[in-house]
Amino acid sequence: MTTYYSEDHEWVEVNGKFATVGITDFAQKQLGDVVFVELPEVGRELEKGEEAAVVESVKAASEVYSPIDGEVTEVNETLEDEPALVNSDAESDAWFFKIKIADKSQLDDLMNEEDYKAFVAEQE
Amino acid sequence: MADLSEARKTPLFALHEELGGSLVDFAGYALPVRYPAGIMAEHIHCRDSAALFDVSHMGQALLVGPDHVTTAKALEAITPSTFSKLAPGRMRYSVLLNDKGGIIDDFIVTRPEDPTLDGTLMLVVNGACKEKDYAFLSAKLPEGISLKRLDDKALIALQGPKAVDALSRHAARAEGLSFMSHTPDVINGVAVGISRCGYTGEDGFEISCNAGDAEALARLLLAEPEVEPAGLGARDSLRLESGLCLYGHDLDEDTDPAEANLGWAIQKSRREDGAFPGADRILKGLQDGPERIRVGIRLLGKAPAREGAEIQDQDGNVIGQVTSGGFAPTLQIPIAMGYVVPAFADIGTKINLVVRKRALEAEIASMPFVPQRYVRKP
Repeated sequence: MTTYYSEDHEWVEVNGKFATVGITDFAQKQLGDVVFVELPEVGRELEKGEEAAVVESVKAASEVYSPIDGEVTEVNETLEDEPALVNSDAESDAWFFKIKIADKSQLDDLMNEEDYKAFVAEQE
Repeated sequence: MADLSEARKTPLFALHEELGGSLVDFAGYALPVRYPAGIMAEHIHCRDSAALFDVSHMGQALLVGPDHVTTAKALEAITPSTFSKLAPGRMRYSVLLNDKGGIIDDFIVTRPEDPTLDGTLMLVVNGACKEKDYAFLSAKLPEGISLKRLDDKALIALQGPKAVDALSRHAARAEGLSFMSHTPDVINGVAVGISRCGYTGEDGFEISCNAGDAEALARLLLAEPEVEPAGLGARDSLRLESGLCLYGHDLDEDTDPAEANLGWAIQKSRREDGAFPGADRILKGLQDGPERIRVGIRLLGKAPAREGAEIQDQDGNVIGQVTSGGFAPTLQIPIAMGYVVPAFADIGTKINLVVRKRALEAEIASMPFVPQRYVRKP
């Protein structure tokens, strides 16, 4: 499995034709305490860059964008009851949704882990 | 990182950076929205123990006139509150009014305890409004009364049920103050002004000192076991839980004090004399009810609603707008404040808030959402 990263601080873990999407640890630190997560509906066709989910911290709402095109196949309902999981486990248990990849070539536009680390280092 | 190139630094700027504060430009100043502990922890620490906030961006100024009554009357001409009968060492919340009765700013007025300062009133105004306020005051004050800006002062808020314990180890007179009272004092050999007031709903103090003394004072207080630093984020969620207005959000120049539900700041004698700008509109609003009124809102689900969200009745008719909204760390539910037409202002009235095109269920709630714990008789 390979993990890719977007400039909007989403991670995309690819497993064959499917991918799991979440927000990075850097992103959760920027947001602060997460108090609510709104997830997309299963079956929804997402386009790359489209607003897919919303994360609410104490202070503000932030959008989560879909890093690639595809159909939502599953969402992490645990986040609806335990939004704070985004703070404690952003890059594992707190995944947001799974998607059926529509166009694998879009993954080429994303960063690998090394490039993402460099990207984040520039922002800090 | 936020662009802070245009932002001014408060005297505690270096300390905020050292403490790992996430700095933002607020009212033209680089101030921490939070420290590494995070808004939730900072908020809860303030409710449980004591939190230190840098509020040096706020405007401190003096009105200086020949005697108390003359200065007080000058201020009464542009506010709906009474100051002439304010006792020495006492403070009062009020609003500056434009000609239509709209709120230019909300602010705190203190009458110094020191009889040699008779004729002086101390003002604390909002940071984002201070230039506008000072221009307004300068234009409106009669001859013989001058406005003196205290731009070289810092202001530190120490808020929470244990603030009194921490501060009393250093300031002899803090403990004896009652809510909305002020005294000069000395901390570590440095002259300060201490007020028992704040904007969190908790007991607490605001300490004014010279800019050059602020960092040492903040470090002294932060070294006390009860005290942790807190940022603007916690300050906002604390004041919202306490039902307190934030200027520029819940109050503005189109809103009058009757609409803002600030009738308690308009004393009886002022209702009788009606000698303040916009008195017709404001007094009519107090008597017959205003066209819209500020209310507290409790959301019934988990999603928060933010400033600007439309308020609808259960049939989908627009009845108002949210002016502040967020998550209440003490209650662990989303809450909001907004304006509705009075027919929907009764506690318990079911309403909907429109967030991302969806109607969230909510109801009108009494404020404060969290009981205020001011110490009126120490």
